[in-house]
Amino acid sequence: MRSRPGSRYGLRALALGYLVLLLALPVSMIFYYTFRDGLEPVWEALTDPAFVSAFKLTLLAVGIAVPANTIFGVACAMALVRRPPKHGTWLLNSLIGLPLALSPVVVGLALILVYGQDGWLGGWLTDNGIQVIFSKPGIILATIFVTLPFVVREVIPVLREVGTDQDEAAWMLGASRFQTFRRVTLPAIRWGVAYGVVLTTARALGEYGAVAVVSGRIAGKTETLTLHVDEEFLRFNEVAAYTTSLVLALLAVLTLIAMNLFKPRHDKEVADVDRRPPGIEALR
Amino acid sequence: MLVVAAGCGGGDDADASGNASGDSGTVSLVAYSTPREAYEELIPMFEGTDAGGGVEFEQSYAASGEQRRAIEEGLPADFFHASLEPDITALVDAGMVAADWNQNEYEGMLTNSVVVFAVRPGNPENIQTWDDLLREGIEVITPNPFTSGGAQWNIMAAYGAQLEQGKTDEEAIAFLKELFLEHVPVQDKSAREALQTFAGGKGDIMLAYENEAIFAQQAGEELEYVVPAETILIENPAAVVNTGESPQAAQAFLDFLYTPEAQAVFASKGYRPVVDGVETEFDSSGPAGLFTIEDVGGWPDVRTRFFDREGSIFLDIENELGVPTE
Amino acid sequence: MLGLSTAYLTLIVLIPIAAVVATSLEGGLSAFWEQVTAPAAVAALKLTFVASLIVVAVNAVTGTLIAWVLVRDDFRGKSAVNAIIDLPFALPTIVAGLTLLAVYGPQSPLGVDIAYSRAAVVVALLFVTLPFVVRAVQPVLAELDQEMEEAAASLGARPFTTFRRIILPNLLPAMFSGAALSFGKAVGEFGSIVLISGNIPFDTEVASVYIFKNIESDEPETAAAVSVVLLVLSFVVLAVADVLERRSRRHDA
Repeated sequence: MRSRPGSRYGLRALALGYLVLLLALPVSMIFYYTFRDGLEPVWEALTDPAFVSAFKLTLLAVGIAVPANTIFGVACAMALVRRPPKHGTWLLNSLIGLPLALSPVVVGLALILVYGQDGWLGGWLTDNGIQVIFSKPGIILATIFVTLPFVVREVIPVLREVGTDQDEAAWMLGASRFQTFRRVTLPAIRWGVAYGVVLTTARALGEYGAVAVVSGRIAGKTETLTLHVDEEFLRFNEVAAYTTSLVLALLAVLTLIAMNLFKPRHDKEVADVDRRPPGIEALR
Repeated sequence: MLVVAAGCGGGDDADASGNASGDSGTVSLVAYSTPREAYEELIPMFEGTDAGGGVEFEQSYAASGEQRRAIEEGLPADFFHASLEPDITALVDAGMVAADWNQNEYEGMLTNSVVVFAVRPGNPENIQTWDDLLREGIEVITPNPFTSGGAQWNIMAAYGAQLEQGKTDEEAIAFLKELFLEHVPVQDKSAREALQTFAGGKGDIMLAYENEAIFAQQAGEELEYVVPAETILIENPAAVVNTGESPQAAQAFLDFLYTPEAQAVFASKGYRPVVDGVETEFDSSGPAGLFTIEDVGGWPDVRTRFFDREGSIFLDIENELGVPTE
Repeated sequence: MLGLSTAYLTLIVLIPIAAVVATSLEGGLSAFWEQVTAPAAVAALKLTFVASLIVVAVNAVTGTLIAWVLVRDDFRGKSAVNAIIDLPFALPTIVAGLTLLAVYGPQSPLGVDIAYSRAAVVVALLFVTLPFVVRAVQPVLAELDQEMEEAAASLGARPFTTFRRIILPNLLPAMFSGAALSFGKAVGEFGSIVLISGNIPFDTEVASVYIFKNIESDEPETAAAVSVVLLVLSFVVLAVADVLERRSRRHDA
């Protein structure tokens, strides 16, 4: 439908205007406020031990959550698609989708109720000298929880599309299960996995609400990059808060680039098997 | 999985301690939201002393009430500097602090301050007295009393000031109600967050610790403060938490903090020292109408009357906030 | 494999959620009811619900608009614009809140200060839910067969009529789907709201902040109770959106 040029420009202006006001302007503030006082304070902020340990903690959380949920994601997708249980698929799917529907604060609450001092496992943990809440494991668990669904949900439609023909051919030719998986299945789903991994990473880097609840804010120990932003903001260290935000924003941009690289290839993998639009899983 | 994660947590403990930890171990310092800058100087100072050599520190700062609950729930702590005494008393009741913690010449109090009015540069609204807070259109910033110790000090200052002025208990409570129902637009969780809100441009006046106002000025924020004629003496207690890993090191640290040198550091950050003979750059005398929490009934009574979640004056106020006044 | 997956899910998700539900009922149903009907809780839930609905309605329009422009229009830099649509997903919510405060707070370069107001809540939610409707509608729009539109145009239909009667019905399922995701994200949102809204009880305090406050004030039962309400609410809306989505498919042009 060739619309009249006037309305075309009008629509374009509206859309772009909305995006500028809501998206572009706020994000550009990060650059402005970071470099407003020159490079020296930025350098100080980046070399601050608190920043460095926050960076390391965030990386640690990502480094554990992503592989864990990727392995789980692929395994679970395989199980659900190729050998669906007779009952309870609904429950499994609900559990998988649950982290997407939950407020991060509720996630934090849930973890405290299980692993906190008075929690279900609290007594046992204390007796064994394990500290989960107010310590690194709590943060890692929170990150795993909120990033759980992404790989699974990206891989499932691909597996459905791919089917089992090729796998069966491989078995008939004498390949072992593992060989088949590695050389037939995995390549077929690789863009789904890649896209899922990117989403997982983005979500893990950006988690705030859940870790705010379980963290204890022990400087240099249980502060993630997101908590560090909060902390520096509260201490009037504007440059430090914005520098940290900039680092996170740059990581976000890298994620975006990766998303835009992998998504089209992932779409081709899925083709038209599932009318669910791609990107729908990009919740939170 | 849990074991792996816990293993990581345990392993990093050694990392965080850094170099070969001496025989003195790691002190987990937990404090309310405002003394952070003071400790940034005090900790290296302490580590330079004989008692402090080889001691490592972990620090956590948040609202006093939050920290107390966190400690009860397992936040590692050897040393707790609270905003107000009840937060320590609660830990005594929980068996985590010795019952004789306040049997020293300072009654357990580590730092003092007073409640002041923080205002915009030049004091454009000319706020000088408590009654000025109730003027039409004046917005007062103060944190949420159920999480912030600072908020409770602010409220007791307001209440006590009324009594100092000769008003009755009823009139004083009416003052509080009017203040909160009509002049307090935001309720941050902690004193530090309230300062952030005020510095961000919200409100005409903030009720604050004097040391917070001074901290903000030192951080380059544009504000002034007025010490009202009647205000409360803020006394912040500190104690060793006996469920931590390094109680002896914590006790040594506490002893150090009472030395004139350490108190001078507190003074440089805007606190009023508890030790005689330590000078402050700012005027820390008076005001004439200075009173203490004992003068308004003492914390146990005050907490029950004003801040009990099951039923109290402030619970009523908070619920009344729900009644539309527009 | 299924067994291991189930075990993982149980440990990571099911047990903690069960703990929330169990804790919410610790005092019995009457305590649960009391906690969720407390005036501050009701106010927080109401604000959350209403703000999320507003945001969903706005997103339905703006999301479709943006998707339209990205699919049907062409201009330099379009692929860059397309890429940044996902930014609200990738950016941490606390950073979003910080930057929104910088632009629309007391030190706004535009002179627009809506901080500590309900408008601030809505703006923060609009930011974080931006991608959902856009990304849901885009592929559908891209696949749309333009024959019918051209036929309608040749018959003299005006562009807006064509849009309303031919294009829109095809987009509705995707719009509902995107709206549902927006809603789900909005009701639970925390990080972007907590800096800019002021968290004033009965005024700008949303449900997630209320829950957070109760966790911090050692009232886990109340926090759990309101959390359960929020969860049920999300499920109900998702179910409704699902129904709407499926019904709108039946009217496929």
